[in-house]
Amino acid sequence: MAKYIVKRILFGIATAFIVATLTFFIMNLVPGGPFLSEKAVTPAAQEALEAKYGLDKPLFQQYLTYMGDLVHGDLGDSLKKRGFTVNRIIETKFPVSAKLGGIAMLVAFFLGVPLGCIAAYKRSKLVDNIIIVFSTAGIAIPSFLSSTLLMYIFSTKLGLLPSLGLSEPKSYIMPVIALALYPTCYIARLMRSSMLDVIGQDYMRTARAKGVSTFLMIFKHALRNAILPVVTYMGPLLASLMTGSFIIEKIFTIPGLGHEFVGAITSRDYPLIMGTTIFLATFIIIMNVVVDILYAFIDPRIKLK
Amino acid sequence: MSENLLEVTDLKQHFPVAGSKKVVRAVDGVSLFIKKGETFGLVGESGCGKTTTGRSIMRLVEPTSGKIVYDGNVIYDSENKVYADMLPYRRKMQIVFQDPYASLDPRMTVGDIVGEALDIHKLYESKQDRHDKIIGLLERVGLNSEHANRYPHEFSGGQRQRVGIARALAVNPEFIVCDEPVSALDVSIQAQVVNMFEDLQDELGLTYLFIAHDLSVVNHISDRIGVMYLGHLVEMADSDELIFHSMHPYTRSLISAIPIADPKVARESKRIILSGDVPSPVDPPSGCPFRTRCPYADELCASKAPEFKEETPGHYVACHHLDKLN
Repeated sequence: MAKYIVKRILFGIATAFIVATLTFFIMNLVPGGPFLSEKAVTPAAQEALEAKYGLDKPLFQQYLTYMGDLVHGDLGDSLKKRGFTVNRIIETKFPVSAKLGGIAMLVAFFLGVPLGCIAAYKRSKLVDNIIIVFSTAGIAIPSFLSSTLLMYIFSTKLGLLPSLGLSEPKSYIMPVIALALYPTCYIARLMRSSMLDVIGQDYMRTARAKGVSTFLMIFKHALRNAILPVVTYMGPLLASLMTGSFIIEKIFTIPGLGHEFVGAITSRDYPLIMGTTIFLATFIIIMNVVVDILYAFIDPRIKLK
Repeated sequence: MSENLLEVTDLKQHFPVAGSKKVVRAVDGVSLFIKKGETFGLVGESGCGKTTTGRSIMRLVEPTSGKIVYDGNVIYDSENKVYADMLPYRRKMQIVFQDPYASLDPRMTVGDIVGEALDIHKLYESKQDRHDKIIGLLERVGLNSEHANRYPHEFSGGQRQRVGIARALAVNPEFIVCDEPVSALDVSIQAQVVNMFEDLQDELGLTYLFIAHDLSVVNHISDRIGVMYLGHLVEMADSDELIFHSMHPYTRSLISAIPIADPKVARESKRIILSGDVPSPVDPPSGCPFRTRCPYADELCASKAPEFKEETPGHYVACHHLDKLN
């Protein structure tokens, strides 16, 4: 087990390294630069700025310098937000996105799993059909549409919920719904199909013969056997939800990491692009390792080697 | 010995065919009784409805119609709409399943698989008592205490079937449906498990409904045997009576198919080979279900189903042409 974890961590570091390298070179292939858009920058001033941030040096040398800093945990300074290090930006913005994403995740899990179980148990009945139709719609509707619809109904028309920021508890309601919609529906469908598989298994009949109640059959015997695909999906999902959705953060004006990430790309804020990408990649890699370790706890037949 | 523990009357189990109004008549009017303390063997070829009969009696699948009386209590009666709560009966009636691989929850330890039945029926006083009972059950079926913390996939087929039996015994049942409990096992293990069933019966005074497609195994273990064909019981009698004085043409062909160890005797014995295949239970033949393959069939067989009646004391058979046969 310990050997397995060490091995996975080493592979994870290698993956993060590849992500960093690819991002670095692809980012520099994109035309434009961080100081082009600013008004009335004299060629001399621009050269001075580029020299200050080392952008005048050959690309490969820039890469080596960056990777050297990265090893020491230094993600560099933001080129656009003067006086802010990338580390500092991630430290302040990540908790905002993480809290929102974490809540959305809990909603998706605790709504999606029971819905999927009920649909499977009531297979081909009305309840099942309703759940299928709504979950398919939920998967198909893009988040910018659901967000704007929510905002139109609850803020503009009914005036019940604030339309921007996260200043009070109820301002979380709409962004969480918008964020959780897709994963809830996806988990419900995933759960349903995996549950249908398990319900047909012989050991469910054994449970019934023992006298296990229907509720316990579904939520104890079947769920434990059917949850694996959902766990697999939830690892990377947690990483992507917690690092923030650009669209939803933009629509609801939420100062989160997703907002920051896309802003960095449009303004060619190289260190911030690198920093957020590596952060996201590392997060996803860690979640995948966590999921693999969880497997062994959920399914005793899986031995980690 | 003579009191009936289980009485089944005109039990039917029809399953809808997806996408049509037709039904699969898996069990189509089976009547039988099982006496206290005996082993009742149920034989027939694959797909004839033996397993479904066992499951319907346990109400693991809800029957379509019929009547089931267990120890004087009606647990199912479609005519008078009696649908008893099965929970108290799950303590008295248990089932051992055919497939020892698929019938154990892979996420539970063997101790929990056996212990869950104790939990549901609250059959222990303390945690220690629960543990001791589980170990006791495992030892009774030839496993040991260290097996309790292992998972089903760590066991062989024979061991798993022992776990399945320990699980069934956990609630101290009176009656066990053994649904082809040895057909998934190696021949060498089959004998061990069959012997274990017999030992358990002697020790605990159990009554068995023993389902199998192997007439020689059933003959070995059963006091009485019922023969099924296409959802119908065609013959029922004491084992020796059935083997040596069978009346129904289908039973006769089954008996002639039992392999004989002595090659000399085998060469001299005549096998009755049936022509054709088993008809579909979706479109069963009119009248007698066996008429399409029966050498004695005539118009009467096609127009009218033979009655399942007692020909000689304790020997029931459903055939119009017993006179021609004997």
